[in-house]
Amino acid sequence: MSASALPKSVDATLALLTSRGYLAERSLATVTYLSLRMGRPLFLEGEAGVGKTEIAKVLSAALGRKLIRLQCYEGLDVASAVYEWNSAAQMIAIRLSEAAGETDREQLSSDIFAERYLIKRPLLQALEPDVAGPPVLLIDELDRADEAFEAYLLEILSDFQVTIPELGTVKAPAPPIVIITSNRTREIHDALKRRCLYHWVDYPSAERELAIVKTRVPEISAKLSQQVVRFVQALRDQDFYKSPGVAETIDWATALTELDARSLTPQVVGDTLGALLKYQDDITRMQGDTLQKVLKEATSDN
Amino acid sequence: MPIDHLNPPTGLIADNVVGFARALRAAGIPVGPGAIIDAMNALQLIEIGSRADVYATLEAIFVTRHEHALIFAQAFDLFFRAAEDWKHLLDSVPLPEHARKKPPPASRRVQEAMSQPSMREEASQLREQELRLSVSDKELLQKKDFAQMTAAEIAEVTRAIAEMRLPQAELHTRRYQPDARGLRLDMRRTLRGSLRTGGEIIDIRKLGRIDKPAPIVALLDISGSMSEYTRLFLHFLHAIMDARKRVSVFLFGTRLTNVTRSLRARDPDQALASCSSSVEDWAGGTRIATSLHTFNKMWARRVLGQGAIVLLISDGLEREGDARLAFEMDRLHRSCRRLIWLNPLLRYGGFEAKAQGIKMMLPHVDEFRPVHNLSSIEGLIDALSAPVAHHRNLVRPAA
Repeated sequence: MSASALPKSVDATLALLTSRGYLAERSLATVTYLSLRMGRPLFLEGEAGVGKTEIAKVLSAALGRKLIRLQCYEGLDVASAVYEWNSAAQMIAIRLSEAAGETDREQLSSDIFAERYLIKRPLLQALEPDVAGPPVLLIDELDRADEAFEAYLLEILSDFQVTIPELGTVKAPAPPIVIITSNRTREIHDALKRRCLYHWVDYPSAERELAIVKTRVPEISAKLSQQVVRFVQALRDQDFYKSPGVAETIDWATALTELDARSLTPQVVGDTLGALLKYQDDITRMQGDTLQKVLKEATSDN
Repeated sequence: MPIDHLNPPTGLIADNVVGFARALRAAGIPVGPGAIIDAMNALQLIEIGSRADVYATLEAIFVTRHEHALIFAQAFDLFFRAAEDWKHLLDSVPLPEHARKKPPPASRRVQEAMSQPSMREEASQLREQELRLSVSDKELLQKKDFAQMTAAEIAEVTRAIAEMRLPQAELHTRRYQPDARGLRLDMRRTLRGSLRTGGEIIDIRKLGRIDKPAPIVALLDISGSMSEYTRLFLHFLHAIMDARKRVSVFLFGTRLTNVTRSLRARDPDQALASCSSSVEDWAGGTRIATSLHTFNKMWARRVLGQGAIVLLISDGLEREGDARLAFEMDRLHRSCRRLIWLNPLLRYGGFEAKAQGIKMMLPHVDEFRPVHNLSSIEGLIDALSAPVAHHRNLVRPAA
């Protein structure tokens, strides 16, 4: 697929995202457009399931760029994020050159530490030139990595270059499109946030969520989609430990259409509640009276 | 054309952006000069006429924390409504806690030093006398209840607490570092070392785990009966905050307040003073269940990560008997690595858990310790440096 140029205005960005089924708020489209034009990373914070990771996938598909994903976890270090040497292959190469009678130490070093023995991990892959244009680098759930990794990431995002002691410096010909997401289980250091354009992704409004459900689950009936959206919006007002996100709404709508449900009944809601609420405490609260009340609100005709 | 520091911008838009940034700073959102330049560059890329787009652009650059979004919204409305009136209207924008005026560092020590120079000789004499404090007096001070101390004794104890330090590292992390006695093979360094000997591996380099101190979260009850113990425990928390990066402190009475930032001031008196100014319901009644619920909902996921130890300082006497108390304690217990309850009621030797609130909370606690004197704080330090015990409900009688 040929690479498309970067969008030229906020409206063009909005149209680009909508064409791929991602219905964004105008503020998110504005920040995305600025991030693309100014070459600054996009920092998306928000609850789980509101579409932070999804936008990276949509952007890479829409712009025709490769998507490189770095999933962060505690203890993520340079070896897993940037590069690693293939020690086993290197040892075999040493043995082979020994058997072949190679004794020059300099020659041996330069043979062993060559690019063919370098295992490239996501951050280094993102710096490599690509014929389709700079790739989209998604750094997912940065709050799960620790502060040491944040400091290293800050360095990379400032210069877009990595120094490998044995090989030299690798510099990106054009900086990649960087999207960082965080679930806010830990405060990311200010220095990193200031480097990026920040946006808090919130739950969508009822109209937008309805449009999202209709786009993602085309087989759903109009009546059911309205009830589903009203139900989920009412759930978010309740005091749950983890409110359902947009991803959960779409899952639930898909589940209901698979079950051929025409409208919401206590039976079918009770059966499929696991698609919406993921904590046992929340599910037990959502029985009996509470369920009846929310259901009535969702299915009333007005 | 991108703007940088060498060609300073002119014109109405530039003035507006600079003025708006100043307004945000006054309202408590830190905005640096780099951000102002970025904002001007960004505004060149969008339609200036669209208010929503300008809002989104400036928000993306000036706001880096979700808490600031509300202040930003109000400041934006005020500023871009009528440029002349905004200076007067800005007073109605609510300030975040950390932007309120810090109390002046008028500690007692400074005041004494400045006002009475003739007292210095007497002060040095006093110090000599203190040095001659007998061993038995020191022992008495260790065991004396905080609530029964005189001002001089409290000062002595405060000094002792300021010297206290927690052990450096208890948590094994998942990171490795070069360690000669480690258990894991460091292939990369081994191979590099082998090149010096022509490919023969002679030295095997090893990796060992990095140990880090566990984050500490302290929840302190500031109701009337607790204030003396809370104050001295705050001194203790202030003392360990210097050496340790991840210490979060919350005060609760009828509401929960995060005072971590206030407590970070170097001077302990100033730290405590700014603590008290940021809490409104000092020494009122307690609603433990409500406060724990607020903590679990809003803060638990942010501060309890990476194996946190929670210190709950409270007498457990709930003002309203609340059935949620057991639920919230259970949730708190499950979210942290270790929950230690420090209760000054344990100063009474024959303490038995009779009160409803205490009975509800006790099953969900890993350790139940006293907090009424210096030796109990030292006991706490020992407990924190010992490895985690796997049995629950260690009730320590008053020492």
